[in-house]
Amino acid sequence: MKDLLKYLKNYRVRAVLAPLFKLLEASFELLVPLVMAAIIDKGIGNNDKAYIFKMGAVMIALGVVGLTCSITAQYFSARTAMGFGRELRADLFRHITSLSYTEVDKLGASTLITRMTNDVNQLQTGVNMFLRLFLRSPFIVFGACIMAFTVDVKVALIFVIALPVLVIIVFGIMFKSIPLYKKVQGKLDTVLLKSRESLSGARVIRAFNRERTEEEDYRKATEELTHEQLFVGRISAFLNPLTYVVINLSIAALVWFGGEQVDLGLLKQGGVYALVNYMSQILVELVKLANLIIIEMKTIASANRVAEVFAVKSSMSFDKSASLDEKTNASDGAFISFKNAGLTYKDASEPSVTGINLEVRRGETIGVIGGTGSGKSTLMNLIPRFYDCTEGSIEIDGKPISDYGMEELRGSIGIVPQKAALFSGTIADNLKLADSNASDEELEIALKTAQAYDFVKEKPGGLKHFIEQKGRNLSGGQKQRLTIARALVGKPQILILDDSSSALDYATDAALRKAIKELPGELTVFIVSQRTASIMHADKILVLDDGRQVGLGTHEELLESCEVYREIHMSQDTGTEKDSSGLRSNRKSLNGEAFA
Amino acid sequence: MKSRDVIKRLLSYIERYSAFMALSFLMAALSVVSTLYAPVLTGEAIDKIISEGNVDFNGISDILLKLFMTIAITCVSQLVMNLINNEITYRVVRDIRVDAYNHLNSLPLSYIDSHKHGDVVSRLVSDIDTLADGLLMGFTQLFTGALTILGTLFFMLRINVPIALVVVFLTPLSLFAAAFIAKRTHSLFVKQAETRGELTSLVDEMVGEVKLVQAFSYEEEANERFAKINEALEKDSMKATFYSSLTNPVTRFVNGLCYTAVGVIGALKAVNGGGISVGMLTAFLSYANQYTKPFNEISNVITELQNAIACAGRVFELKNEETEKIYEGEEDIEVKDGDISLENVRFSYDKSRELIKCLNLDVKKGMKVAIVGPTGCGKSTLINLLMRFYDVDGGSIALSDRDIRTISRSSLRHGFGMVLQETWLKTGTVKENIAYGKPDATDEEIIAAAKAAHAHSFIKRLSQGYDTFLAEDGGALSQGEKQLLCIARLFLNIPPMLILDEATSSIDTRTEIRIQKAFHKLMEGRTSFIVAHRLSTIRESDIILVMKDGDIIEQGSHEELKKKGGFYAELLAASV
Repeated sequence: MKDLLKYLKNYRVRAVLAPLFKLLEASFELLVPLVMAAIIDKGIGNNDKAYIFKMGAVMIALGVVGLTCSITAQYFSARTAMGFGRELRADLFRHITSLSYTEVDKLGASTLITRMTNDVNQLQTGVNMFLRLFLRSPFIVFGACIMAFTVDVKVALIFVIALPVLVIIVFGIMFKSIPLYKKVQGKLDTVLLKSRESLSGARVIRAFNRERTEEEDYRKATEELTHEQLFVGRISAFLNPLTYVVINLSIAALVWFGGEQVDLGLLKQGGVYALVNYMSQILVELVKLANLIIIEMKTIASANRVAEVFAVKSSMSFDKSASLDEKTNASDGAFISFKNAGLTYKDASEPSVTGINLEVRRGETIGVIGGTGSGKSTLMNLIPRFYDCTEGSIEIDGKPISDYGMEELRGSIGIVPQKAALFSGTIADNLKLADSNASDEELEIALKTAQAYDFVKEKPGGLKHFIEQKGRNLSGGQKQRLTIARALVGKPQILILDDSSSALDYATDAALRKAIKELPGELTVFIVSQRTASIMHADKILVLDDGRQVGLGTHEELLESCEVYREIHMSQDTGTEKDSSGLRSNRKSLNGEAFA
Repeated sequence: MKSRDVIKRLLSYIERYSAFMALSFLMAALSVVSTLYAPVLTGEAIDKIISEGNVDFNGISDILLKLFMTIAITCVSQLVMNLINNEITYRVVRDIRVDAYNHLNSLPLSYIDSHKHGDVVSRLVSDIDTLADGLLMGFTQLFTGALTILGTLFFMLRINVPIALVVVFLTPLSLFAAAFIAKRTHSLFVKQAETRGELTSLVDEMVGEVKLVQAFSYEEEANERFAKINEALEKDSMKATFYSSLTNPVTRFVNGLCYTAVGVIGALKAVNGGGISVGMLTAFLSYANQYTKPFNEISNVITELQNAIACAGRVFELKNEETEKIYEGEEDIEVKDGDISLENVRFSYDKSRELIKCLNLDVKKGMKVAIVGPTGCGKSTLINLLMRFYDVDGGSIALSDRDIRTISRSSLRHGFGMVLQETWLKTGTVKENIAYGKPDATDEEIIAAAKAAHAHSFIKRLSQGYDTFLAEDGGALSQGEKQLLCIARLFLNIPPMLILDEATSSIDTRTEIRIQKAFHKLMEGRTSFIVAHRLSTIRESDIILVMKDGDIIEQGSHEELKKKGGFYAELLAASV
């Protein structure tokens, strides 16, 4: 949590000035009872009306100065808090985008989002209130004590007894409830999760007639939340009554012992009033302090959650920066080589892929095939270093991929993930993800290759057509083709199509593959697929089964030698793909993604 | 919803705790009276302290005794009130939340399909949470605040009418000041909320798809976009926060003026020897100090309450949604396999756009029915109607000659086993998920089901096997793996009829073939509906329905349709 304080660094002066002006204001406030005591003793005591008016004017003056100080303080603290919030948010965002896949998997995107928004907002409020009140309230509390001593040392000893008792009560309750608030939040998260799940699973829940048990589960989760809330609430319920007792008993003591002092002629009536007044001021400020403490408890909880995110460091380092030149290593020797490569996910008991050996020349097309969960995507994620190999290594141009800088490596790879995710924004914005300077012509070329040009052209606005969040206003097949175009815009040297034509019909898929093949330059392509038709023309096909490499070769070779491949192939309709151009005529009538 | 109706509804929830409420009010009244009485007692005591050698200790000790009793009463009544309010609030909120959730389960699917889930969730979670805060504050401060104002007035008027009037007329000034600032800052807060919303949706996208951001080395651009909104937010927040934070200093200043006025006027009166004693003046000053507090509290509470009521309104809106319609004659029966016939079925989701106009279909008991056709042709709609996720707009669907609208939804659904394309898994262990339809299944049964669904081998490889805990939406499982689990769920609990809506769409073809075999065995003698895009999987169906634009345009066996050379044949050619 301390680490977060560094975001106040740029606002050091303001962060000091804000409470300072607050203290000034508080000091003026502390003088008021003394002025009032003077009115009572000198004004009323001596029947001096002029004095009363004079002191009244002094009180108004104190008010005006106090107001000025206070407004200044509010300004500085708001500036500081908002600046703090902005810097923290920017840094947190930067940090999150720098985390590797392993950490993102572990933390979960939804957690990261709430920390980024709710928790940072809470922190911002917390800082603001802290600067405004955290010094002011204790200052008035202690200031009132000190002023009491100036009135009468002996009676003021009551303050010395009362104050520690009050502090123990306030802080005792605070420390008791901090961990409890954390618990409440945790239970609330469970309720949130259950609510969300019930909506997304409505069909299944109803199909299995599980409404009642879901309700029971939900009731239990809510009950647990209520239980925690009640528990914290019960503890906080003691705060006000207890402090009230202490303060008022002290006032009683002040009156009694103050009376004794007056009896002895050491104090005047106005002094007793001032003492009582200081004690009441303590109560008001303590209540404020208690409320502030509740805000700050939440803030601390938020700070810890944010700090937790900062504490997670990317497990991947990109400290080297070899460059990946397009010219080197033309066609001779391996461009990409997998050397016994494998990955065991963090906390998994068995490797997801293991012992992969594969040499790829520049310009080759590699098919990767295998069943569900055979490790195809995992293997592909190793190439751009989304995950680091936990065994063996991958080399590009004879150098381990960890020798390349991140942008160098990932910038050379165009990736089309399995899940076709798009951002809200225009089609052009989405296509320019990898290269923000790409021209419209370049985008159009990519769209044509991706078989997406026609439908984009038909959209109102064409490239400027606005895509809603999560690409809701596009069909599955359209989204998929846009993600393919997006990967091509960056002019990658390596293209990875991770089962990314699943929503395309066979004809479009074939046309796509043909168009990619015809791209200028020596593009090295990995096609991950579950259907042999998509990869049968690849230069090499890697067959995976349960994370192991069970075959490598051309389609024909594999049909001969690889049992798994043969089985996959046989399971998929009648075998050989017809000439794709002949099918093109069919495509229009079938509307591209008839089976999307 | 009108505020008045919302409040009525809220009260109906609070009513259950009316005994608690009454006690809370009693305690509030007690604590207010005793709290206000304390300064009077203190003032009286100060009046017994006049000057050197002139202090009435007997008098003081009598008064202090009274003071001790008031303190005890205040303390106990405040504590009891706090505790009760705490109980009422959280219990009421729990009741509302559970009710709202239960209601959700009886809403028609059309509601769930047509509303953003995030919005519904926020009604259930954050709206109700805000409501809790508002209620708690309302209970503790609204009533006590009002009583305090009345009580203070009473005590002040009793001591001295003119000074009391000074307090009554001057203190509202601070309220006006506060209201003035609040009015001016409202638009700033609206602006802040807008910018914050913008920021949140960017974060939602970029962090939600952080992997994509990295894959395209888009980090820098993302950071830039973020920074831009972030800076705007800083500016907007600054304005809103600063201007609203003027409220306290300004009201404090105005209160200070009142205090001075009371002090000076009171002192002038005291000088003349009559009118008011020093002790009573101190009591007055104490009241003047606190008189505006309840006003401020009440105005805060009212804001909070308005907010809470708005939130409660959103929750009750959800509760007001009509539940699934129960048809006349609807009853629980044991659903057995039987003939299914659709007669002149008319249906559409969006009533302005017709989907299914007039659909007729006869399915004999035990038949395997496959449904194919392009996206949006109504395949899944048919399933929605069969399962009564939606009810027909016109015509009827009958099972064994009985209109399915006369069969309760739960018994009808008991009769169907269903695997959908969208895989849904619950947060919980793999085992719990497989046993979803049959929670009392033994481990052996679960494993057998997993094996039948060809899910056993991947489950075994998970870190804790069948006890592996799956985070939301299946956690790290692939789409195909999730689908296998959904299939296993079906195998554990096999009902008389089956619906497979793209049940194997994400599974590799090799595994698919094996699962299809298992399915075929399962479908033996069971009426089954299969929606599939891989035509290879439906060849052996008894009847294939080709749908387009909500109509069945062709029907027949694979061979017949192939020969016919229509739409199906065309699809077939394209998929080879």
